[in-house]
Amino acid sequence: MSETNLVEAVNKALAWELDHDKDVVLLGEDIGLNGGVFRATDGLQSKFGEQRVIDTPLAETLIVGMAVGLASQGIRAVVEIQFMGFIYSTIDNMISHATRMRNRTRGRLTCPMVLRAPYGGGIHAPEHHSESTEAIFAHMPGIRVVIPSSPLRAYGLLLASIRDPDPVVFLEPKRIYRLQKESIEEAGVALPLDVCFTLREGDDITLVSWGAMVHETLQAAEKLAEQNISAEVIDVATIKPLDMKTILASVEKTGRCVIVHEAARTCGVGSEIAAQLAEFGLTFLLAPVQRVSGYDTIMPLYRLENYYMPSVEQILSAANAALEYA
Amino acid sequence: MSNLKNTQLSLESKKRLLKEMLFGRRFEERCYEAYVERKIGGFLHLYSGEEACAYGILDAARPGNDYVITSYRDHIHAIKSGTDPKRLMAELYGKVTGCCKGLGGSMHIFDVDKHFMGGYALVGGPFPLAAGIAKGIQMKKGEQICICFLGDAANNQGTFHESLNMAKLWNLPVLYVCENNLYGIGTRIDRSTAVVDQYKRVSGYNIPSRQVDGQDIEKVYAAAVEAIDYVRSGNGPYFLELMTYRYRGHSMSDSNAYRSKSEERIWGKRDPIITLRDRLIEAGEFSQEEYQTMDAEILDEIESEVIKFAEESPEPPKEMLAKYVLAENDPYVTGGRR
Ligand SMILES: Cc1ncc(C[n+]2csc(CCOP(=O)(O)OP(=O)(O)O)c2C)c(N)n1
Ligand SMILES: [Mg+2]
Repeated sequence: MSETNLVEAVNKALAWELDHDKDVVLLGEDIGLNGGVFRATDGLQSKFGEQRVIDTPLAETLIVGMAVGLASQGIRAVVEIQFMGFIYSTIDNMISHATRMRNRTRGRLTCPMVLRAPYGGGIHAPEHHSESTEAIFAHMPGIRVVIPSSPLRAYGLLLASIRDPDPVVFLEPKRIYRLQKESIEEAGVALPLDVCFTLREGDDITLVSWGAMVHETLQAAEKLAEQNISAEVIDVATIKPLDMKTILASVEKTGRCVIVHEAARTCGVGSEIAAQLAEFGLTFLLAPVQRVSGYDTIMPLYRLENYYMPSVEQILSAANAALEYA
Repeated sequence: MSNLKNTQLSLESKKRLLKEMLFGRRFEERCYEAYVERKIGGFLHLYSGEEACAYGILDAARPGNDYVITSYRDHIHAIKSGTDPKRLMAELYGKVTGCCKGLGGSMHIFDVDKHFMGGYALVGGPFPLAAGIAKGIQMKKGEQICICFLGDAANNQGTFHESLNMAKLWNLPVLYVCENNLYGIGTRIDRSTAVVDQYKRVSGYNIPSRQVDGQDIEKVYAAAVEAIDYVRSGNGPYFLELMTYRYRGHSMSDSNAYRSKSEERIWGKRDPIITLRDRLIEAGEFSQEEYQTMDAEILDEIESEVIKFAEESPEPPKEMLAKYVLAENDPYVTGGRR
């Protein structure tokens, strides 16, 4: 057991899998000798060697294309892209090849690769260095999108993602890389994919979130509790495929729902959750579903970043709107 | 080829360039301080040590008229293109008086009036944009050329090869300048790149290329005059590789741990500013006292004008968050004919 923050938890999960599965390799820019720009792979090359923790040229398209080829040979490549904003050139290989290996070979081959990237705002940089574009990947058939919100979930979900036979986009909320420590037992125990985690139980309202925003959402739940309102907080964790069963069961109980995400609003994953609540939960909804999200705008430089990022206050006012609805 | 221009810098130009380079160095050192004081946020990539590259190349071009495009290490290219240092510093401070209204910051400088077509955070992104700008110039039969400055590691992106092929096929007026500082973040060039000499990599595209000492502004200038003359005369693209070194870490969060102190010392002795200064002093054309006066004046200008302007400027208003995404009041949104 050791006290571990989120980025160290990523490191530990990678180390465990490198140690226990000889077919796992890491690929990325500056991940070996330098330990990665956020130090997620710190020390791994010296421990596992240059053939397992591979420094690549600066060429994202190539790296991900190679990961697909490696996967077809049964090698599990875990690719690091330094920031999510640099991932766009890899989308071609992800959509065109990674997501379709299973389908094209009618199940003979799969694509057991993981595409890891730090994502989200809160570090004062604009555009590529701060945006949250998880919905682009969530839209693609043939892929999983997994987002941890704590060190423990980062450890368990990354292990599961590496072991999973299909491609996983694993997005790490960099704003909370070093926010919180949890004790992690380094025993290689994975957490389940494709299920939400209910972090707090409640009867009056359901708050749904993922990634770094889970922390603001938990704070909002705490504030609501001070007003004797009991909020259930759900960390979606795997945003594709979505575990609507858990979300629907919660909203059936509470009748009210606020979805919180940092990504731009239109066609964000919140839209899909709200649509499914309308499709399958209309009869038990007591108020319109509320969304608290980023804006449909380019992520700005730091002076305006605070306005962009959803706040505890915004979550509270959305919750109040849902609670006060007749 | 048209008449070759004089490739030698005049004494007057040398003194002016010494001052410009020193201004660039001091400007960026002040950025460093402002970042440490948390006045500048986000990421900051400094160009210290590489000044002879941008100043030498662009002095041989027509800054403000020729189009310039580069990476996130972009402050000096913008200044030499004509961007007001006050507005540049204000941009780094995230103030509304900045050249991008404080919304872009260090990595995304743009100055359309000065034909500075942007700093770009995405490595390798500008290669095809430069080819497109050059194609536009060609279609409009313009006199300008496009100059694209990028690093060594960027050449491993596919965009490099795709752009070179197109540029040569269409003989586009584009000069690609590789600022080879031997590293992409912490990865040394020989660990990432099969052919270490970058100028050799373009021979497969039949594009003329040269490798030049990027720490000697006179050599950079001379090579630039020839290259620019070649491109402007309609012969097609040209590639210059400038051997250089950045003194600071890749960005402010990089400690340089991957480089040896002896390597840093060797390159430190080849400082582009000191080299030019000492040459002028040796030739009896300049004195240490004059240099000190020059330096003091620059430091004063940066403090009393540049920093003052940035400090005193207001922050962008909240409403700007929603601006510049799509056209406002776009008449074509409702359909109809042009
Ligand atoms: C597409 C993309 N991949 C990765 C990065 C992260 N990154 C920023 S600069 C850099 C190294 C670039 O090195 P080089 O092209 O030599 O330019 P230098 O910084 O040395 O001037 C990397 C990997 C990025 N910004 N964009
Ligand atoms: Mg470089």
